[in-house]
Amino acid sequence: MSWVAGALGVWAVAWWANLRIAASRHADTRAARLAVPVIFGLTLLVLWEGLVRGLAVPGVILPPPSAIAARIAVSGPILWADFVQTFVKGALSGYVIGCTAAFLTALAADRFDFLRRGLLPVGSFIAALPIIGTAPILVMWFGFDWQSKAAVVVVMVFFPVLVNTVQGLAAADAMSRDLMRTYAATPGQSLRKLRLPAAMPFIFNGLKISTTLALIGAIVAEFFGSPTVGMGFRISTSVGQLALDMVWAEITVAALAGSLFYGAVALTERAVTFWHPSQRGGR
Amino acid sequence: MRDHVGPVLTVIAAILAVWYGAAVWMNAAWTQQQAARAGTTVSLSEILADTMQQDRPRLPAPHQVAVELWETTAEKKVTSKRSLVYHGWITLSATLLGFAIGTGLGMLLAVGIVHSRAMDMSVMPWAIASQTIPILAIAPMIIVVLNSVGVSGLLPKAIISAYLSFFPVVVGMVKGLRSPDVAQLDLLRTYNASRAQMFWRLRLPASLPYLFTSLKVGIAASLVGAIVGELPTGAVAGLGARLLAGSYYGQTVQIWSALIGAAVLAGLLVGLIGLVQRVTLRRMGLAR
Repeated sequence: MSWVAGALGVWAVAWWANLRIAASRHADTRAARLAVPVIFGLTLLVLWEGLVRGLAVPGVILPPPSAIAARIAVSGPILWADFVQTFVKGALSGYVIGCTAAFLTALAADRFDFLRRGLLPVGSFIAALPIIGTAPILVMWFGFDWQSKAAVVVVMVFFPVLVNTVQGLAAADAMSRDLMRTYAATPGQSLRKLRLPAAMPFIFNGLKISTTLALIGAIVAEFFGSPTVGMGFRISTSVGQLALDMVWAEITVAALAGSLFYGAVALTERAVTFWHPSQRGGR
Repeated sequence: MRDHVGPVLTVIAAILAVWYGAAVWMNAAWTQQQAARAGTTVSLSEILADTMQQDRPRLPAPHQVAVELWETTAEKKVTSKRSLVYHGWITLSATLLGFAIGTGLGMLLAVGIVHSRAMDMSVMPWAIASQTIPILAIAPMIIVVLNSVGVSGLLPKAIISAYLSFFPVVVGMVKGLRSPDVAQLDLLRTYNASRAQMFWRLRLPASLPYLFTSLKVGIAASLVGAIVGELPTGAVAGLGARLLAGSYYGQTVQIWSALIGAAVLAGLLVGLIGLVQRVTLRRMGLAR
């Protein structure tokens, strides 16, 4: 019982602290903006640990965070191998191929208006479909190894990137285009110097959406068949063995990988589109 | 609208043509293998004919999928286990229940976030960060754990759906509730409006366009959640189960028809929300 009481006590104190910070005049400082969510997150972990221990929840239903951390600490090599198989081989290669293909298709669609008018409605319709359902088909075609996972990722990231890039290439305003025309710029020059840079915020929007999709695609595709390594494989078999600490360890790795991947793309975006109002900051 | 019809039809025709071509190309190997085993040779026209009607093709031709779709929707009784309508309904009910739970909780949390600064600062960064996490990966665990504590059937799938639609709704709704500008808020303040009045008369109506946009994202995510949620239960019922059973037994036609079924379902759901959006916004005078 003391575990439960302790956890609830920590929760109350942390909540009070957050209320104080949010109401204080330092609430807009960088430190406060960082501290409040961190305190909230840590509180959740403490609450989780305390309730699981205090109420004696069995580990096959919900392991406490300490058990998950211990599992991560001892199974580093397995987690690393799964990470390489699923993220580096499956998700990342599929992401690169899919985004490149979508980008080139978007360039073609931009060049030929007929293609754009036909492709865009179809593309945005397909982007809303449960594309993950193609996973069993692609696993059947490309085998159990990472190639089929990469194929699923290609299909998943293709349409969001395509739609966003086509939209972005139309983003440069008429005045700037006319200016390029008065300079007697060729379509290629106008594309390189004006329209691609203007499209970058849109393109990166698609690329950022696709980071999560890539990881989801690679993991879920492994539920339909995989070699005996990989994050999706480990999750589905560990669930079968009721080794839930391993499942949570994989989920932690997936969450970290997902956030870092997203963060890396967001940082690249900041470097590429430094000129855009949303990146200039400074309130 | 009209200048899109021609190009869209052309693109769809091109997709069908590529599909037929790919079906011939991918299924021809099996035909030739069969012929070699039987010690006969096959002519090109025989290969073409055979690739269109194999039982377990690597890629079924579109008309095969269409026939399967027709047989499993129109010609089977709706209650039959071989009816796609039956499986679609199972997935749809989980999707809708989860979507209702997810959007309900998401809207409540968004209201809390807008009205409490502490909640905004502590929850909002996590809500945004959670979008970068492959949440779908925990689906098998939720199903199995809930099963082991005695909850099975519709609810575990609905919980996954709810979880997936929850965060888009929170993020979109918070944005919407914050969208009234300072002048409008000040105006209500000069009317001496209470917080509740400000919420019901200004913030809530202003949030609707944002809400509908995230509802569209949310319902598509809900459907994906329900489909993936059906995978670990061992392929009992639902569109996800059809996909898994098809991939176990190499029934490619079944996979494709389940896939098209899921696509039609997604299109209908997103279209329905789009319709409600258009009607609502028009009646509110917000239509573009």
